[in-house]
Amino acid sequence: MSDVHLTDEQRQLLDLVGDVARERFAPRAAEDEAKSRFPRDALAHLGSLDLAGLPFGSEHGGGGQPYGVYLRVLEEVARAHVVVALSLSVHTLATWAVASYAGDALAAEVLPRLTAGEWLGAYCLSEEGSGSDAAALTTRAEREGEVYVLNGTKAWVTHAGEADCYVVMVRTGEHKSRGVSTLLVPADTPGISFPPRERKMGMAASPTGQVVFTDARVPVANRLGDEGEGFRIALAALDGGRLGIAACAVGLAQCALDHAVGYAGQRQQFGRPIGQFQGVAFMLADMATGVEAARALYREAAARRDAGEPHGQHASMAKLFATDTAMRVTTDAVQVYGGYGYTTDYPVERLMREAKVMQIFEGTNQIQRVVISRGLLGSCSAATTA
Amino acid sequence: MRIICPIKRVPDTAADKKIDATDNTVDRDGSEPVLNANDEWSIEEAMRIKERDGAEVIVLCMGPEAAQTTIRKALSYGLDGAIHVNDEGVAGSDAVGTARVLAAALADEEFDLIIMGNQSSDARTMLVPAMLAEFLDLPALTYAKKLDVADGTATVQREMPSGHQVVEAPLPAVVSVVEAINEPRYPSFKGIMAAKSKPVATPDLAALGVDAGEVGLGGAWTQVDEITPKPPKEAGEKVSDDGSGNLGAQAVAEFLTKQKLL
Ligand SMILES: Cc1cc2nc3c(=O)[nH]c(=O)nc-3n(C[C@H](O)[C@H](O)[C@H](O)COP(=O)(O)OP(=O)(O)OC[C@H]3O[C@@H](n4cnc5c(N)ncnc54)[C@H](O)[C@@H]3O)c2cc1C
Repeated sequence: MSDVHLTDEQRQLLDLVGDVARERFAPRAAEDEAKSRFPRDALAHLGSLDLAGLPFGSEHGGGGQPYGVYLRVLEEVARAHVVVALSLSVHTLATWAVASYAGDALAAEVLPRLTAGEWLGAYCLSEEGSGSDAAALTTRAEREGEVYVLNGTKAWVTHAGEADCYVVMVRTGEHKSRGVSTLLVPADTPGISFPPRERKMGMAASPTGQVVFTDARVPVANRLGDEGEGFRIALAALDGGRLGIAACAVGLAQCALDHAVGYAGQRQQFGRPIGQFQGVAFMLADMATGVEAARALYREAAARRDAGEPHGQHASMAKLFATDTAMRVTTDAVQVYGGYGYTTDYPVERLMREAKVMQIFEGTNQIQRVVISRGLLGSCSAATTA
Repeated sequence: MRIICPIKRVPDTAADKKIDATDNTVDRDGSEPVLNANDEWSIEEAMRIKERDGAEVIVLCMGPEAAQTTIRKALSYGLDGAIHVNDEGVAGSDAVGTARVLAAALADEEFDLIIMGNQSSDARTMLVPAMLAEFLDLPALTYAKKLDVADGTATVQREMPSGHQVVEAPLPAVVSVVEAINEPRYPSFKGIMAAKSKPVATPDLAALGVDAGEVGLGGAWTQVDEITPKPPKEAGEKVSDDGSGNLGAQAVAEFLTKQKLL
């Protein structure tokens, strides 16, 4: 896809990211996964190259880049090592909430660390009983003077136990959605603990787990936005987060396509490369078309966001389409590889397992359809969640 | 301390090298040009000295207008400024011509060290560092795989086929480096953004007082008469092993013995 409107520096940025991703991240992706090894050092490396805070203002150490450029970076990283890209995406999701809603003193203290990649962020909305129905969350924060006292358990937290700070949606009032507030909780807060992480089908290198609060005391100054504004903040953050997941899915699908094209050109059956059979070639053509369409969709949504236009529906469309495409493309890549594709000796089965979860997190693809159809139908919508 | 890093814009070595059939020079339009790989090591070495002892590091490049992008790339590693000898008359220069122009560009510059790659990936003559030292009447410490600078002296480990020599020279000196010297960093995004505002001087040959007849293809002392492409690799010998015994290993050992490698 052409990149005519990028500046020279943005092109160099993407070249740089391409080099780092190809030379440093791609070679370790399979082993990180096999060993369930979180690539925290890869994130630190991105930070050292000023790549951990690209879409944030330079006054807090960010790169001052449009969201569209940041997403291209994510795609490039995901093409090499999707867990690193996911990590950067979740880190950005958390950093965005701080950058947009923290008071000046809190922002001055933590934002430079987050944008430098020195600190890793996490985002805690889901709970055991509230996934798609996120506003039903029950983790409580009772105010005692200038602190909130937290009790409850967040679930499915990417970076649980690894992050340096947690953006946590908590209940401060009885109203379902307007009774939610957002707090920034440092990892070293007494009363915070991390049970063993989940054992997953894929993305084993990415830590996912519970964050348990037992009388954890958090200063009121660590609240992001107003009391009761937390659910709105959580959803607004997800508009950007879903674009991040879309870009990661495109990178992952591109990786699967690259492998499949390479393999189809080499593997001989019936005396010729399998890519010369139309049954295989057309599959590759459909895969490539899907990847390119998904890319166009996230870039269009990003262009709306960068222009300051409403983009929530478009972010949901991009997330829905890109992750469904990644699932299909990675599954087809396994098909192109035949039996070899089903073994762990080749990367495509891992890509397929990695694609699956993208249809689930940051709002399942059913929930994306709820968001999109609600935008179409307004109050006539049949969808009623959250 | 002031350090000069001569750099070169070369065709991407990942792509196949193309030769211009009319004059047997490297076809520079044939592939996307990049910063010569060896220059990443010299830049890294200069940056390490800058970070350790403080230094101003200046890029020196002889090349066409389009070399600007290569110079910006070099500056993005954190260097301080550049001299770009930009004159159509230098096209086709051989090693002597190149060294002559680089020396002229440095005639009025103050510096303590010149650190450069030991070769460029396109022509690979490996001559320019020593020739530049000769034109400037400076000591040349070539093929450095380790460089120490202290108390006005540069000390290098000079890579040899059978080990290394330790050689030292008083500053100013010319040092050429080999791959083993370091692992180059990546430029940072802020480095990329800062590169566009670094000062770049662009003297032409006249400004440097170089006689145009002495450089370029016309002034070259050497001329490439003929080029023969490397013969394609012969098909290797395939050893198969069905896993039932050590037949494969034995065949490989016999092959290596035959080649006098064992
Ligand atoms: C690896 C991983 C990482 C994660 N990281 C994070 C994180 O960092 N932070 C965080 O807060 N959360 C995180 N999550 C949680 C994730 O966002 C939730 O799993 C997701 O929102 C779905 O919630 P649930 O699992 O409770 O499923 P449920 O909500 O129980 O859904 C079950 C099924 O019902 C469907 N469904 C539910 N409601 C509707 C409806 N109204 N219409 C149609 N279908 C519906 C769903 O689509 C789904 O198919 C992560 C999850 C995973 C697996």
